[in-house]
Amino acid sequence: MSRAIRIRDARAADGAGEYQRLSLGIRDGRIVHAAPEPPAGEWDHDIDAGGLLLLPGWIELAARLREPGATRKADIASELAAAAAGGITTLCVPPDTDPVIDRPSVVDWIRTRVASSGSPVAVHLLGAATAGLAGAELAEMRALAAAGVSGIGQIGAPLRDAAVMRRVLEYAASFGLRLHVQPVDAALAADGCAHEGAVATRMGLPPVPVAAETCAIGQWLALIEDTGAAVHFGRLSSARGARMIADARREGLPVSADVALHQLLLTDEALDGFDTRARLDPPLRAPSDRDALRAALADGSLPALCCDHQPHEADAKNEAFDLAAPGASGLDIAWGVALQLVADGVCDLPALVRACHDAPLACLGLAAQGLAEGARADCVLIDPEARPPVDPQSFRSRGRNTPLGGRATGGSVVLSVAGGVLAHEALDGHRMRR
Amino acid sequence: MTPAALQLDDRGRLRHLLTTEGLPAALLTEILDTAAQFVPVAGAPVKKVPLLRGRTVLNLFFEASTRTRTTFELAAKRLSADVLNIDAQTSSTSKGETLFDMQRTLEAMQVDMFVIRHGSSGAAHFFARHAAPGVSILNAGDGRHAHPTQALLDMYTLRLHRPDFSGLRVAIVGDLLHSRVARSDIHALRTLGCRDIRVIAPRTLMPAGIEELGVTPFTDMDRGLDGVDVVMLLRLQRERMRGTLLASPGEFHRAYGLTEERLRALGPDALIMHPGPINRGVELSGDIAYAPQSLILQQVEHGIAIRMAVMAMIIGRGETE
Repeated sequence: MSRAIRIRDARAADGAGEYQRLSLGIRDGRIVHAAPEPPAGEWDHDIDAGGLLLLPGWIELAARLREPGATRKADIASELAAAAAGGITTLCVPPDTDPVIDRPSVVDWIRTRVASSGSPVAVHLLGAATAGLAGAELAEMRALAAAGVSGIGQIGAPLRDAAVMRRVLEYAASFGLRLHVQPVDAALAADGCAHEGAVATRMGLPPVPVAAETCAIGQWLALIEDTGAAVHFGRLSSARGARMIADARREGLPVSADVALHQLLLTDEALDGFDTRARLDPPLRAPSDRDALRAALADGSLPALCCDHQPHEADAKNEAFDLAAPGASGLDIAWGVALQLVADGVCDLPALVRACHDAPLACLGLAAQGLAEGARADCVLIDPEARPPVDPQSFRSRGRNTPLGGRATGGSVVLSVAGGVLAHEALDGHRMRR
Repeated sequence: MTPAALQLDDRGRLRHLLTTEGLPAALLTEILDTAAQFVPVAGAPVKKVPLLRGRTVLNLFFEASTRTRTTFELAAKRLSADVLNIDAQTSSTSKGETLFDMQRTLEAMQVDMFVIRHGSSGAAHFFARHAAPGVSILNAGDGRHAHPTQALLDMYTLRLHRPDFSGLRVAIVGDLLHSRVARSDIHALRTLGCRDIRVIAPRTLMPAGIEELGVTPFTDMDRGLDGVDVVMLLRLQRERMRGTLLASPGEFHRAYGLTEERLRALGPDALIMHPGPINRGVELSGDIAYAPQSLILQQVEHGIAIRMAVMAMIIGRGETE
């Protein structure tokens, strides 16, 4: 339920800059006051945020909720609770549920489940580009657009050939839908499970060359030049891929991209000991890739950051490395881990906020308003002094699978407000008057 | 924990054998010296010693292999162990049982050692990480990662002829991309002091970054073989001879096969090795397998002694030691 909330005297940042003192007033789901001095009036919740950091909510571009289809791994309620705890106020679900999101009835079913979870976290859905995501026949995108999907995605099975790729672009553009892809050439990736390089060679793991990513990006860019259709490239993993995206954006192509947090923090050395928690898709790559991705995020040429949330049950990771399910659970630790990037000097706070708030909203076709008056009230409070290492056992997500366990964090989320509603609250008692 | 660390106990003794990578030189040498004591057993009229009496060794092979499994079986039997063979290709994993559950089930049968061959790199490490106290894992080949007993028997055989590895020049030729034997040989050779290791293959069969293992890659066979003392040929799987990795077995032979001409160029003191089974006319021509320089049959012969040595060192120690 939307309440009137006053947040007083926080230090703050949004995509536009940093503020030494900011107070917010929130009513009816909107920010109605944003200024150093607190607003006057009556408030349901009055929060003393002295010493805390106020940021816009994290907008997550790739969150698998595992429902429908894989509720042994997670479910909508558990993962939305994890999102709220991690400071994520809006998230986007890829279409590879089971059944896939290729018709309005699946959209409606998921929306009903989201509503019954009671979570205020906003959920956007991507529709499937092809029927059953099989890569051959177009899905009914007009119907999906009418049902309210925020874009179209092709995940998993590759599109059959370049002609299908082009038609998917044209058809999606006809209904104003942006195509989201994870660029990978299926033949080059083949049965690979590790970055092609010395680590994979030493461990004898089938490699995934960087060209599996760059060949796919190149093919898409050629089709984007042909059609003018907009594409979002998800989960970049390589320096060369980031450079191709930067060049395309400089040339004015309608292209956006994101990188997963773990790609900025880890390299393929994390596979040592055949650690299946580091089995990710695309794979963790070389230090030079990690460094180039960090630089591209900092300079904005790679605009968005995401968790690439893929919760798994323990059994899915308790396997030989190549047989283990790829992916990591990330919602719980989004802001905590990302803020460490600021502490490490990778980027400044406004740049980080642009990467995990402004840019993802733009990818979903929504305007970013930051912490300004009139904006949708999506914000978080961070305690920058509470910096516990990542502890998977404390996750709200049912997926405890992360290669980031034990990593330093740059702060703890103590309050999440999604659409003007308290989604998560762990404030010290004295700070909030109800 | 890395395989190298996992395979030693807190006193630095062999707990499992997973890889030659990181195996200390003293321990590697101890295995070879122990194997030397078992070689006479193989030639004796009564081919048994009672070291593993009452112990159970289980051969768990997820990949087809008659030769390797037989040598492990013989080694265990000559140490008087009880031996079980499970052909896991047709067994429970194909019915959906996970590796984890399968291991629990088999451990419940009071097995002391699992000899495991599996198509996934790291599979032996997986078993070792989950092994109950007192249960040991012997890696008989995991994916492309490691085949430590093959490398140990190669070192044993080579050491008989060239006791000092420090000035030795060794070429490893063929399918390096898929070869667990090559990786294990490289680690073992380097640990024993060999400083000049070349790897020779077309780019399609040369894994990226292999030079970081301490070897020098060559795509030209004749340049790679120039001046070498030992040629280790790798087995080329039949299904890889034609397609997108190689054009044909004939072309592979002409480009990377050990021909009579190349053997002559190496000189009479060069040694030839191959883990078997050989493909005549592919990795090597004609009767080179039985030429005076060939150690191929000795490799087979030493396979049993090496496997006896490893089993004895892992589960044949007196508990009071």
